[in-house]
Amino acid sequence: MARPISKLSFFNVASVTLGLAFLYLPIVILVVYSFNASRLVTVWGGWSLRWYKEFFNDTAMIDAAWMSLRVAACSATAATILGTLAAVALSRGQYFRGRTLFSGMLYAPLVMPEVVMGLSLLLLFVAVDAGRGFWTVTIAHTTLTMCFVAVVVQSRLNSLDRSFEEAAMDLGCGPAQAFLAVTLPLILPSIAAGWMLAFTLSLDDLVIASFTTGPGSSTLPIRIYSEVRLGVKPEINAICTLILAAVTVVIVAASLASKLSSEQGESAAPL
Amino acid sequence: MSARRIFTRPARIAAIAPYVWMVLFFLVPFSFVLKIALSQTAIAQPPYVPVFDVAAGWGVLKSSLAQLSFDNFKLLAADDLYILSYARSLFVAIVSTAILLMTAYPVAYGMSRLPQRWQPLAMMLVIIPFWTSFLIRIYAWINILQHDGLLNKTLLALGLIEKPLVWLSTDTAMYLGIVYSYFPFMILPLYATLSKLDDALLEAASDLGCSRFSAFWLVTCPLSLPGIGAGVLLCFIPIVGEFVIPDLLAGSDRMMIGQALWLEFFTNKDWPVASAIAVVLLLLLLLPLVVYEKLQRRHLEGNA
Repeated sequence: MARPISKLSFFNVASVTLGLAFLYLPIVILVVYSFNASRLVTVWGGWSLRWYKEFFNDTAMIDAAWMSLRVAACSATAATILGTLAAVALSRGQYFRGRTLFSGMLYAPLVMPEVVMGLSLLLLFVAVDAGRGFWTVTIAHTTLTMCFVAVVVQSRLNSLDRSFEEAAMDLGCGPAQAFLAVTLPLILPSIAAGWMLAFTLSLDDLVIASFTTGPGSSTLPIRIYSEVRLGVKPEINAICTLILAAVTVVIVAASLASKLSSEQGESAAPL
Repeated sequence: MSARRIFTRPARIAAIAPYVWMVLFFLVPFSFVLKIALSQTAIAQPPYVPVFDVAAGWGVLKSSLAQLSFDNFKLLAADDLYILSYARSLFVAIVSTAILLMTAYPVAYGMSRLPQRWQPLAMMLVIIPFWTSFLIRIYAWINILQHDGLLNKTLLALGLIEKPLVWLSTDTAMYLGIVYSYFPFMILPLYATLSKLDDALLEAASDLGCSRFSAFWLVTCPLSLPGIGAGVLLCFIPIVGEFVIPDLLAGSDRMMIGQALWLEFFTNKDWPVASAIAVVLLLLLLLPLVVYEKLQRRHLEGNA
C-alpha cells in the first residue's frame, strides 16, 4: 500500500537544498574571493595566490596564529583530561556529596554569555596578580571547553552497555582496572571527538581571549577582529580559507575514524 | 553487588581534579564579579576599590561589609542606556529565535524525510559550519553586504534596484548574521526529535481522515515540542549575550547588553559597572532556564 505521508515531497527537497545553500554560499564566496588577484575585494581580477603570500609574510599574523595553535593544543588537552574525568564522575558516581553543584558548574558555561565568563576570569587573574598572556588564555579556554568535552563523553558513557564493565569485574578486575581495560577503549572515539571540539572552540574564541590576554600576546581571532573592524581586506579572506580548510580536514578525518571504529562492531560516537 | 555501587568510590576520586578546577576558575571568579559589582569605581589600576580582604581578618571584613554599595546597580536602573540595552537584547533574541524556528523547521523536517542513506551526509553538512569559526562566518557576510559587495552588485545587475543600498551597519544585517550563525544550533535538536518520529502515527492520522496539513499540526508539531524547546533555548540564551555579531554587523547607534558590558570594560574602564551588568544579565538568563526546566519536568511526568 502506498504511504503518501512519509514520501519525500518537493517541498522537503527544496527546503533542505535552500537551507544548505544558505549555510554554504557565503563560505564559498569567501573562499573564491581569497584567490582574487585584485586588491579591491569585489572586483574580480583573475586567480592568484597573492594574498596567501601576503599572509605568510605578515609576521604579526603568523605570531598570532602560532599563539592560537599553542593555546588550542594545550587547553584542548587539559580540557579533555579534566572533562573526561568529570564525565566519568557524573555517569558512574550517581551519588556523591556536592554532585548537584558539580554538574551545575559543568553545565553553566555551556549557556553562559562569553562576555560574562571572560570578565569573571579576568577579575580573578587581576586579583591574584597573574601576568596575563599565554597561560591565562589557556586556563580560560580549558575552563570553557572542558564542559563541552564532559557533555560529549558523558553521553557516550551513558549509552554504553554496563554489562561490559560488570563482566570485567566478575572476571576479577578492580573498578579502576575495568575502566582502563574495558570502558576507556570503548569511549576513546568520543574522547577524540571531545578533544577536537575543544580545539576548534579554543581556536575560534574571540571574546574570552580578549578579556584574558595581555598586551603583546594576541590570538588569531583577536588580530582578525581588529583588522575586520577596519574593513574588508583580501588577506583576511586567505587566512579564513586556510582555517576553513584545516577544520574541514579535521572533521572529515574524525568522521572517517568514527566510521572505522563503528564498523569494528561498535555504534558510532556522536560527534 | 552491582558494578554501580563499586564504581561510586573511583567516581568520587575522578571528580576531584575537575571539581577543584571548576571551583577555582568558575565559582571563585564569580564571587569576584559579585564583589566588584558592589565596589566603588576608582581611577586606578585595577580600577576599583576592593571592599573586602579576607586575609585582614574579621574586624576589617565587618567594616568593609558596611561599605558595600549598590550604587552600580542603582546606576543601571537609573540610566536609560542600560535599560534600553537589556530591552534590545531581549527583543533581538526573541525576534531572531522566532525567525530561526520558522526557517530551520522546514529544513530539519525535510532532512528527516530524506532516504535513510542520505541522512548522515545531510547532518554532516549541517554540522561542518557549526565547527568553523563564528568570526569567519560573520566576516563572510561583510564581504557580501558591503557597499560594493556581491549583494548590491547582483541586485543592480538584475535591475531590482537603481543604486546600491546600505546593508552593513543595519539591523537587517545583524538579524541575517545571527540567523546564519545559529542556524545549525536550531536544526540539530529539531532534526534529532523529528527523525525519531514514528511514521505509523502519521499514517494513522491520515487513515482517520486528517489532511497532510492538519496531520502536521496535530501530530508532528506537538511531538517535536522537546526539540523545539531545546533549539529555542540553545539559540535564545547565547543570542541575548551576543557581542561579536551586533558589533560587526549592526549600526553603532543602539547597543545590545553584551556590547554595553564590553564598552564599560574596555573603553570606559568602569569595571564595577561592567560587573553589575554581568550580574543582571545572568539573573535575566536564569528565568528562561528555570521555565524550561519546569516544562521539561512536566513533560517527563506526563510521560510517566
